[in-house]
Amino acid sequence: MTGLMNLGMQAAKYLMIIMMVIYTVQSYTVFRRTSVRAKQYVFLRQNVSMFLLHFLAFTVMFLKTMDLQLLIFYGAQAIYLGFTLVLFCNLYPKASRLLINNMCMLLTIGMIMITRLSYDWSIRQFKIMIAGTVLALVIPVIIRKIMVITRMAWAYTFVGIGLLALVLVAASVTNGAKLSLSIGGFSFQPSEFVKIIFVFAVAGLLTEARNFKRIVIATGLAAVHVLILVVSRDLGSALIFFITYLVMLFVSTRNPFLVLAGLLAGCVAAVAAYFLFSHVRVRVQVWLDPFADYANTGYQISQSLFAIAAGGWLGTGLYNGSPTAIPYVAQDCMFSAICEELGGIFAICLILVCMSCFIMFINISMKLTNRFYRLVALGLGTTYAVQVFLTIGGATKLIPLTGVTLPLVSYGGSSVLSTLILFAIVQGLYMLRRDEEEQDEEERRKELRQYQNPGNPPGFGEAGDQYR
Amino acid sequence: MIVTYVFVFLFLLMAGYMIWLNAAERKELQANVNNTKQDSTSENVIRGSIVTEDGTTLASTSVSEDGTQIRYYPYENVFAHVVGYASNGKSGLEAYANSQLLSSHISLVDQLRSEEKGEKVQGDTVVVTLDPALQQAAYYALGSYKGAVVVMEPDSGKILAMISKPDFNPNTISQDWDSMVTDETNSALLNRATQGLYPPGSTFKILTSLSYIRENPDTYSQFSFNCQGSLSREDVTITCYNGEVHGQEDLKASFAHSCNTAFAQIGLDMDGDDFRETAEDFLFNTSLPTDLQHSESVFELDGNSSYGEQMTTAIGQGDTLVTPLHMALIASTVANGGILMKPYYIARVETAQGELVSETDPSAYGELMSVEEAEILTGFMEETVNGGTASALLGAGYTAAGKTGSAEYETGGTTGTHSWFVGFSNVEDPDIVVAVIAEDGGTGSQTAVPIAKAIFDAYYYG
Repeated sequence: MTGLMNLGMQAAKYLMIIMMVIYTVQSYTVFRRTSVRAKQYVFLRQNVSMFLLHFLAFTVMFLKTMDLQLLIFYGAQAIYLGFTLVLFCNLYPKASRLLINNMCMLLTIGMIMITRLSYDWSIRQFKIMIAGTVLALVIPVIIRKIMVITRMAWAYTFVGIGLLALVLVAASVTNGAKLSLSIGGFSFQPSEFVKIIFVFAVAGLLTEARNFKRIVIATGLAAVHVLILVVSRDLGSALIFFITYLVMLFVSTRNPFLVLAGLLAGCVAAVAAYFLFSHVRVRVQVWLDPFADYANTGYQISQSLFAIAAGGWLGTGLYNGSPTAIPYVAQDCMFSAICEELGGIFAICLILVCMSCFIMFINISMKLTNRFYRLVALGLGTTYAVQVFLTIGGATKLIPLTGVTLPLVSYGGSSVLSTLILFAIVQGLYMLRRDEEEQDEEERRKELRQYQNPGNPPGFGEAGDQYR
Repeated sequence: MIVTYVFVFLFLLMAGYMIWLNAAERKELQANVNNTKQDSTSENVIRGSIVTEDGTTLASTSVSEDGTQIRYYPYENVFAHVVGYASNGKSGLEAYANSQLLSSHISLVDQLRSEEKGEKVQGDTVVVTLDPALQQAAYYALGSYKGAVVVMEPDSGKILAMISKPDFNPNTISQDWDSMVTDETNSALLNRATQGLYPPGSTFKILTSLSYIRENPDTYSQFSFNCQGSLSREDVTITCYNGEVHGQEDLKASFAHSCNTAFAQIGLDMDGDDFRETAEDFLFNTSLPTDLQHSESVFELDGNSSYGEQMTTAIGQGDTLVTPLHMALIASTVANGGILMKPYYIARVETAQGELVSETDPSAYGELMSVEEAEILTGFMEETVNGGTASALLGAGYTAAGKTGSAEYETGGTTGTHSWFVGFSNVEDPDIVVAVIAEDGGTGSQTAVPIAKAIFDAYYYG
């Protein structure tokens, strides 16, 4: 009996990898398909592989633990995923289906791994996911209907800086960094939300910035954000803010010298930070040789690498590894846990799914005509990409570990909530573009009609109709 | 748009890096001493055996009734460092081949059958290149000296024997652990053969000669030096061992008699940067082509060094440090016509039933010197046996070539002389390379050459 069951679980492991590969391939082939029908099929296939992956994972987890709660929890999650897909697609037929699918897929992978790591955490995460999804359903309406959001740059700036400063003054210290505020028993990380506000602020400031003086002001305000984060020792967020600002500055001014100057300033600041702050030095030394101080500072990254090595290409299978040996695994090193139990191939697919999200963000940004919206979409896409790079690069020792979350996959209420909002905003912008397209279409049609009937000379109307 | 390309590049970089991690780094990470991940799989797998190619068991695991696994090493101290231990952390082959020993390639049917019965699965067997007879001969030949012996096949890179002393009994490692870890004078856990860094002494004259020949390809044979027993430059004086005076000699004779004075002169004549290049060609200041844990050898000299450093480095003193395995590889390169074969220990991995899982094919690291250079150095090393410091190897029924060394050291106020020998037998078509170091053993001829002779004898006469 146990032998057969193990065999079944092995088979499930391979099937899950296959589902992931199919999903990933589809999230790229969709860019090539042109007919609406063909695209529909691609999206459907993605949903099927996602639900199968979810089903297989929970079957394995149930067989491993024989915990009936898991079955109920699985049902709840499946219903949630189904509702999210159906609601989004029906309420917003103009939304980007690829982004919806990717969002659900990343949430699915996150829920599988968090449930595997800790049942209690996964329940907490699930509740926040539901709240976030409800919020995400409203946001596109706000983006489309309320135009005033494009003209509140100063408000965003003050709220952003104010929140970050509040964190610096009042926050509790976790793992050496000041990150979270507690309000009425709820603790949340304002920097996760300020990220979005910051993008809006910068987009507003730069849209209005027609002269050099305004650019200097925008840069100064962005620098204030980054400096507060550095002093709070939240280096990961500081980097995200910094790079996002540079990218937005470059795209809005098209001036490579400004960006080079910014990068140079960043390098000088990084070197200065290295010599000024001991915790920065420790991070870099640990990155260069994690095993030199294995028992203390190098422990997290060493365990993360051991987990990746233990998983290999195919992974150990759920519950067969020991990802909990990594400190802060569910927040900082979710990627390594996935590598260990679901395998390297699965993890590489995950990177590609994240890349597919980023490409879609940029795609949307480039097609928007309004300068403000354009910058917002680009800025949000950049924060997303930088965050993915920092967390995956950090967990694999490609770059020093900075301890940021993998959006939608890692455990963390603020992270998942803010990322859901981020995705919803981009969806809103996407719909905005399709509204615009429709208007254009309408106008073109109007023009066409006028052109066809200039002054309506009798007798021409019918002929014109024939050409249509 | 450039921004998009930059970020897409970063994503692809991450994916590529993941591929590289899995393809290239994985084994090393799994073998890392701090990595205890594999231990959890040992709950389902019985740790595989380590055996030699002739079927001698070096390590095996038995499972007692309550399910605990006991690792047993029949040869106790003899293979201590090379086979290593698997409790209190892991070392040697136990660490290096850990993942192979803990994975099982027995057929699916057998796996199902043993799982059905609730039994553990037998892990794969690792078959090593070590020769038990040679290992024992070398172990007893080194006697009570601290030091190391490496025996290898120059044309394949197979390691046949590897000794490090002081040693330990891997069967009782858990009981002896605390006392061994605190005992810093013996450092019994250190594998001196791969991790001990010693001054090479006169054995380094192999590379000094090579560098000199490379600098003077047409005139090295006309080298002539009149040894007066000592040579001074500024405040440094180099003397020949034991106050000997060698008189008029060419390069070959200087080499065979291990004349320090002549080599100090060569050191002064050579360009420091060229010398460093030769040393680095021979893998100084870098890691050796093996996955086994080892130290990097050190060569400090360059074009800006002082006269004193030039002279002492040429005779293998100065700041130069080398591992015994590295010296064996240098001799092996000479014996193999200039081509260094990558050293290896694992001949193949088999299932518990003896079916082949994977096999190591000998592979060349590269041509470190030309055939002509190898021939010249072989001639020098032959002369060392025929009429020089290693003449104790003459008339043994096999031919031999080699170089002795008497490496003087000074640590914490105490001084002494380590006894070195590196060389090979059957000069026409070399069979084995031997590297010996006996700490505080005096001159190479005194101690290391007789130890090497015992190993050669054991190889040819059993």
